[in-house]
Amino acid sequence: MPVDVRARVVANTRLSPDYNVVALAAPDIAAGCRPGQFVMVKPGRGHDPLLRRPFSVFEILRNPSGIDGFSLLSKRIGVTTSLLYDLEPGDVVECLGPLGRSFDLVDPPRDAWLVAGGVGLAPFAAAAEDLVARGTRTTLFYGARSARELFYLDWFSSRGVEIVTATEDGSHGDRGHVTIPLERALGRARGELTMYACGPEPMLAAVSAVAARHGRTCQVSVERVMGCGMGGCYSCVIPVREDGGPPHYVRSCIHGPVFDGASIVWEYRRAG
Amino acid sequence: MPGKLDVQIGGLRLKNPLIAASGCFGYGVEYAEAVDLSSLGGIVSKGLFLEPREGHPPERIVETPSGMLNAIGLQGIGVRRFIAEKLPELRTLGATTIVNICGSTLDEYVELARILSDAEGVAALELNISCPNVKEGGITFGCSLTGTFDVVNAVRRVTTLPIIPKLTPNVTDVASFARASQEGGADAVSLVNTFLAMAIDVETRRPALSNIVGGLSGPAIRPIAVRMVYECRRAVSIPIIGMGGIACGRDAIEFLLAGASAVQIGTANFVDPFIWQKVLADIDSYMTRHGVARVADLVGALDTSAREKEWISS
Repeated sequence: MPVDVRARVVANTRLSPDYNVVALAAPDIAAGCRPGQFVMVKPGRGHDPLLRRPFSVFEILRNPSGIDGFSLLSKRIGVTTSLLYDLEPGDVVECLGPLGRSFDLVDPPRDAWLVAGGVGLAPFAAAAEDLVARGTRTTLFYGARSARELFYLDWFSSRGVEIVTATEDGSHGDRGHVTIPLERALGRARGELTMYACGPEPMLAAVSAVAARHGRTCQVSVERVMGCGMGGCYSCVIPVREDGGPPHYVRSCIHGPVFDGASIVWEYRRAG
Repeated sequence: MPGKLDVQIGGLRLKNPLIAASGCFGYGVEYAEAVDLSSLGGIVSKGLFLEPREGHPPERIVETPSGMLNAIGLQGIGVRRFIAEKLPELRTLGATTIVNICGSTLDEYVELARILSDAEGVAALELNISCPNVKEGGITFGCSLTGTFDVVNAVRRVTTLPIIPKLTPNVTDVASFARASQEGGADAVSLVNTFLAMAIDVETRRPALSNIVGGLSGPAIRPIAVRMVYECRRAVSIPIIGMGGIACGRDAIEFLLAGASAVQIGTANFVDPFIWQKVLADIDSYMTRHGVARVADLVGALDTSAREKEWISS
């Protein structure tokens, strides 16, 4: 059941001129949150912005005796993300959550491959911690524009996550999209594995196609323009095809944001 | 025994004046985990046609100053699935369910009304003759006085359920449409649906919505909606259900004073699904502060006597 919390900002770490991680004191949301779920966030009072915006829960923040809250990874693009970037400790953010379907995380001997593009790293800190706690061997394939926009590498590697990178300018890992090292690794992989992807939709479409070519399943976390997060407004729909039927729109807030990548009709994406 | 907050809409008694607006509350069941549906005055279902519809492609919404534009395109499961899958759950949850119906033809409204009259758990029918986003969503009826009269009258002949045409603000004189509704046999009118509007992404030069135009809702439209409720109150004797940008108790009271017997909340529910108890508490404390015994006493209680005397006399 989602709860609405006026969460106090514990810390706001600006990772770059665009990216930040804001830590929020919201134990009630964090305690019930599974990796891949999201919160609807409103960082200011009043009517600008009016609607909340959806954010994947990045980390679950723990102390020795329990759970303190969660953090969000944000990239400054619009009004809400600019407000999130500028937050100071003590500020208040209205958070509604946890919402949506979580990842179906796998246990050993199956491996987990996380595939992130840019701010699509957002759901994977909590997912990686959960996977590592299960003893699942976990690899993060992480693509970004440049080395300066690869974040939390030490955080993931210190938890035993193997990291493979790609950057558009070649400053870290492969030059090009994350699908380059991913496809190479899939060609070599022999054991059972499940893929999890989050990032821009063209990347999710490409990763889903790569996964299908190699006979692997891939759960994708999509981001659509969302009005309510509760299934009320029907704005965040995405076309899916289930059981061989015709494509139809389902609400990504309640049927997702995590979907089987093979069920999404990627070719329906808006051009450009 | 009438209570402090209950209101009467024709033959329909609601336990309080707050109703979840059509298209803003799914089929109601989506909110059942978060909200006690029986604590609301009522809920209005998402607009239903006879057949299922896929709606418009995304983008379907965009935020605008103090508001939002939508062009969902009435995606829906159709009336039969609604009756089979949603209505039993709504009954169990104790919701007062008003079903919003949309037709491409007069016959479709009549057919929907017949089907829903035989279903158990329908409190009233809201006639959607005002969706700005689909050509066949009744807007052709809602923009013509004879069309409005005809659809209300045709539905009136086949149902004893309370019928509530939902009026569009995209006309010159909304009060005349309230009058046509009353003459057609409506038990009440609800207004306003969204204002036809448009937003453009200047960087890409593309319309913000796939449908190019959409309906504007939210606090931005509230003063226009209040004015329209006021105009309709002076034109008809049937109850009015007011809506348009209500986000708190004061906003709701503004509509009551302008002449609405009940109000619907839409966009604000997206922002805060727990808004209902907050608005009710606001209304309750306002009534206590102003010594108002029953919420019905606020309806149309606008005081225009205290205007400064016009010093230029004609």
